[in-house]
Formats: sequence, structure tokens, C-alpha cells
Amino acid sequence: MNRLTGLLAPSPLVLAAVLTLAPAILVGQTYRPVTDERLVSPEPENWLSYRGDYNGWGYSSLDQIDASNVGDLVPVWTFSTGVGGGHEAPPIVNDGVMYVTTPGNHVLAIDARTGDLLWRYRHELPRDRIAFHDTNRGVALFEDKVYTATLDARVVALDARSGEVVWNTSVADNSAGYYMTLAPLTARGKVMVGVSGGELGIRGFVVALDTETGEEVWRTHTVPGPGEPGNDTWPGESWRTGGAAVWLTGHYDPDLGLTYWGTGNPGPWIGDQRPGDNLYTNSVIALDVDTGELVAHHQYHWNGSWDWDEVSTPLLIDLERGGRSFAGLVHPGRNGYLWILKRKENAIEFVDAQPFVHQNVFTSLDPETGRPTYDEDRKPGTGKPADFCPSLWGGKDWPPAAYNPTTGLLYIPANENLCGTSVGEEVEYRPGRAFTGADTEMTVRPGADHIGELQAWDMNTGEQVWTTEFESQNWGPVLTTGGGLVFMGGTSDRYFRAFDANTGEVLWRQRTNSGVIGVPSTYEIDGVQYVAVQSGWGVDAASMGRRIDGQRGTSTFVPEGGVVWVFALRR
Amino acid sequence: MTRVQSVEGHEHPADGDLLVFSFGGREGQVIGPDDVDPEGSPIFAFPMDADSRHIASESRLNEVILVRLEPADLSEESASRSALGIVAYSAVCTHTGCEVSDWEEDTKRLKCPCHDSEFDPSDNGRVVGGPAPLRLAALPLRVADGVLSVAGGFSGPLGAQDP
Repeated sequence: MNRLTGLLAPSPLVLAAVLTLAPAILVGQTYRPVTDERLVSPEPENWLSYRGDYNGWGYSSLDQIDASNVGDLVPVWTFSTGVGGGHEAPPIVNDGVMYVTTPGNHVLAIDARTGDLLWRYRHELPRDRIAFHDTNRGVALFEDKVYTATLDARVVALDARSGEVVWNTSVADNSAGYYMTLAPLTARGKVMVGVSGGELGIRGFVVALDTETGEEVWRTHTVPGPGEPGNDTWPGESWRTGGAAVWLTGHYDPDLGLTYWGTGNPGPWIGDQRPGDNLYTNSVIALDVDTGELVAHHQYHWNGSWDWDEVSTPLLIDLERGGRSFAGLVHPGRNGYLWILKRKENAIEFVDAQPFVHQNVFTSLDPETGRPTYDEDRKPGTGKPADFCPSLWGGKDWPPAAYNPTTGLLYIPANENLCGTSVGEEVEYRPGRAFTGADTEMTVRPGADHIGELQAWDMNTGEQVWTTEFESQNWGPVLTTGGGLVFMGGTSDRYFRAFDANTGEVLWRQRTNSGVIGVPSTYEIDGVQYVAVQSGWGVDAASMGRRIDGQRGTSTFVPEGGVVWVFALRR
Repeated sequence: MTRVQSVEGHEHPADGDLLVFSFGGREGQVIGPDDVDPEGSPIFAFPMDADSRHIASESRLNEVILVRLEPADLSEESASRSALGIVAYSAVCTHTGCEVSDWEEDTKRLKCPCHDSEFDPSDNGRVVGGPAPLRLAALPLRVADGVLSVAGGFSGPLGAQDP
């Protein structure tokens, strides 16, 4: 096999696509391996991982597109994925090759300049798979491979040039409700993933596989077993089905050698069915990148009962408080509080927290530990309904916030003015079956004039600087750039928007095929800056929309179907 | 939508199968018509081969929901598949494959807890709310010798329809 044909996958479709595209072949030939060094200090022209860097900022220093010229932003190519449902993955770009994933676990490699398909991997999913959220949040890159985590709880390594499967490892039993939706995290020769399925009575974990072989290196459960610290926060055998799913990509501090992960709800959803704090649910955990050892944690709220999965991973930001700087963890929580924590070699310490949306459950926070005290009338029980704000989807669900080091602002995609009611019911555990034991409703607060918000918070003063409001709910992941811009979709009106990073003013918008719940990214080729995002409405953004329609008496139609959009300045 | 009498390659449920409780205190026991309470919640069942007594619980796509309704309330198609007002449907939502485990007592509708898809069991499993792209496949029933049994294959595709 010569060098040229070695680049080609055996599929005739791919063969045809690649043969018609000489430049694409050259891109493939020159594929530059993604090393630890590159992931620690990614080049501005590339977007090498889920949030662009290990800190989780969703930030690029590229500044060709700025507040003065963003009005000239135009689409340069689009690519229909041919798939329906919620498209949440960022276009991840290495030297002109873009990798995107879709619902149903397709992986596409596309020439990032021209929009030509290089190859397509379609994962074969079992007909009777169990996955309550059919979405995927993107690939990870390491050396010469592309990694994807699948709905049937597998990690697949693909040759970055050809899309051929290098290895395919099962990490859990999908028939027991374990599935995966996150982009993997790669570092130090390991590809790390966590499991979804908190609504199915799983016991969460993060597992690291060898990037070359797919063999398991370590596995750390997010619910401690007998003999492990924290197991005594679970009554009886309840830890076996305790949840604490890991829905989203971890962040990584290479100096401390620690990866950080957010964890979801305890199972079942209603706290009086498993009295105790239920560690390490609704927490951030710090895992040693080499051993998986759980070296520190902070639990945002104990004995969760509201479906406020704290799955988002905190952003790693250096902060100042009272003239002192420290290495921080910043988490706009689903529980509606913006949490500021301190990250250390062997500890995570509480600094402060304050609500960023209307929240009526916490009556106080312990000033030392941040542990909340609850208004018991707003804590649902089994057979005991309770009203609470924010709603079960929280002040901010999975869509990632972004941080811009130039403005010093954190940008939070929030939902305000939503509340809910839950009541618990006894539930019997059956492997692979719903294990929520809760009946939920969502309500819009009387007199509410908007729901979605994009909020900007000054990370050093801890103050909210501006808020831009949307009538629709907002499920938009956020990108911010050195051009003083913030990019976000997220609303049911199908717009993708650019905002002034200093003021929140909408400077540009493009109506797309569907609603934009994809993570945006930006990259540069031959001196041209591109902004890329997938449009494809679905999953919980759509579910919330149906409940809002029910409350408002409206009927909102958002067309489905995924399209990759790529923008650049008009030439 | 194409109507098919049985789904190719799907061996159970099949004509003549009995139905057994799929979980709970009576898991594995044969279901009779009186077990399906008109006032109660739906029953979840797996098919059991009448001869070998093998319970086909290998795939969750084999699971069905049994609901008892007023015979007069059934559509013509549902009535033709019913036995004593009891109708049976695939228990797996056609949206993302969740178990359709909720029962809306007031409206007599089957509801999926994942994304709020609703189905009308009196009208051939028709989608009446939410994102499901396709009705629930129906399973024809008969009553013989005092027990409920399956009178044919599923009426349509099962489980999550590929995006």
C-alpha cells in the first residue's frame, strides 16, 4: 500500500469523496499528531478539544473577527449531517481537518476550509440500546487518532487520516443503562470518559483507557463502595444504584496532575429514598490523571432531590479575592448558584457562592464549607410534592459557560423564571429501566417576560456586569474570542448570534436551519478566521420548549436536522 | 406508514405466546384477563412460549404494555386487536427508546417519562403529544382457556427510530 492509498478508507463513498479532493489528501498526508504539549498549549489556529483547552474556557485568542467587523460575517460553507435530533458537538479542528459527531454516533471528518467530506464513521448501535439522551458532544484527539464515546458505552479509536477503526472497547453494560454522550478527555497517553445513565440506576464512574491499545488503565467510581470513604453516606445497598453520572468532559490541570469532573444526581431522584449526603453526587471530583485516585471533592448540594445534576465541569481560572490570587474552580451550577472554589494539590476549598437566577431552596450556605441549608418545604419527598425554583433543568444545564481572559468576564447561558414541582413515588430497581421515582412538572413564574439569558460576571469582583435576555429558553453553549466577541445560539428562534463581549449587545446574527445547541468553535486556515457550529435542535432543549409551550399556550415549531455551519468575514 | 403483520427477525412475541409479568411480586407468572385492572395502571409483560415456557426477556424490545379500556372507546383497529377491552403495545418509545412507563389516568394515555411523548392506547398507539416520530407498535391479543395470549406479531417497527 503506498502512501496515498494508505490514507483511504475502504468505503466506496469515502473513496469517491477523497479522490475528488486533491487538497484534502494533502491535508491528510500532513496530519500533525496531537501531543500532550499541543493540548497543554494549543495553537490559536486550531481547536483541538471539546472546549479548546484543558481549562474549559471556550476561548480563542483569534481576533480577525472583532466587534468592528463582525457584521460582515457570512456563511462560507454548510454541511448537512443527514441526521436528526440534538447536535451538540463542537467542530474540532487540527490543521485544517474538522471532526464533528452527531446523534446516533456518526463521526465526520471534513476539510475545514472547503467543506468537503474526507471520511465518515457510522457506529453500529444495537436496536435495543438504552440511551435516554441520544446526543454526542464530540471527539477527542491524541497523537494520530480520533476518539469517540458511544451510546452503547464503548470507546472507539479511529485513524485520524482514514477513519478506520483502530480499537473498540466496551467500558460498561449498556443493557444495565450505562451509555455515553460526552467528548472524551485525552492526556498523558490516556483517553478518559465518564458514563451517563443517572436516570437508570447506574453507579457512575470515570475510566481511563490506554490511547494506543484501548486497555483499561484505571477506573474510579463516583459512588464509593463498602470500605471506601463516603460509603457511609448511603443507606444499605443504595450505593449500588446511586447514580452520580459523569455527562461531560473533564478539565485538566497539568501542573497538579489532576482532572476535574462534574457529577450528576443520586438515584432515585427523591432524597428520602436514600437518606444521607450521597457522596459524590452533585459534586466536582479531582482525579489523579495517572492513577485515577480521587484526591479531593466538593459537593454543591447534598441529598439531591430536584434533578439538579451538577454535571458541568468547573472552569479552571486564576482568580483574585481581597487582593490575593489563587487557582480557582468556577461553576455556574444547575442549582442556580455561581460557585467559586479553590483548587489545591490535595483539596478543593469553598470560597463563595451566590445565586445567578431566582433560587428559593437554599436558606443559607455555611461560610466555611459552602454546605447549603434547605427550606424543607421546597424539598420534594416520596408522596410529598414540593414547589421549587429554578426548575428541574436548573439555572444552567449542560451548555458550557465561557471565560475570556481579556475582559475577565465569565459568560453564563442561563434560564431564569422557571420553577417546578416534583413528587416522589416508590420505585423498584430493574436493570436498564427508569429509576427516577419522581413525577415532575415545570412552571413559568407569573409575569415573566423572558426565560433565556446570557449573563456576564466579572471574575475578580464577583459581580454581574451585564445580562442579555431572550423570550425563548436558552440552551446555547458559549464561545468567546480575542476579538472581543461572544458567540452563542441556544434559542428556539434558530438564530446564531455574536455579542459584544464587553456590553452584551447583539452585533450580528444568522438564522439557521434549526436551533443551535451545538458547542461553537473557531479556527484559522491560510490567514482566514472561521467560526463553526452545528445547528440541530433536540434533546432537553426541545423537551423544555414543549413544557414552556404548555405553560404559555403557545406552539413553537423548531425544525430538526443537523447542519454544520462555517462562517468567515466577507472577502 | 407501512403495515406489517410481524417484524422480520423478531421471534417473540408470536402467535400463541402467553404473557407473564415482567417485574414485581408476580414476575414470571402468567397474566389472565382479570389481572388487567380497568382502574389500575398498565401492566408490563414479556411473552412466554406456551410449549417450552421460555420467557423471551432477552431483548427489551420484546416487552409489552397491557391496558384495559372500555371496549366502546376503542377505535376499529384497536378493537380488532383487543380481547375483553385489553390492548397491548410495545413498551419501548419510538423516540429515543425509553420505557413508556407513565400512565395518565385522567386522559387514559401512555406517556414516556424521558421526553413527554404521549400515545393513545384506544387508537392504535397513535402519537398524541411529544417528539415520538411513530406510534407504538400494537400486539394483537386473544383470550383462551382463561388466559391472555398473543394472536400475532407486532404491527410495526420497535424501539428508537434511527435519527
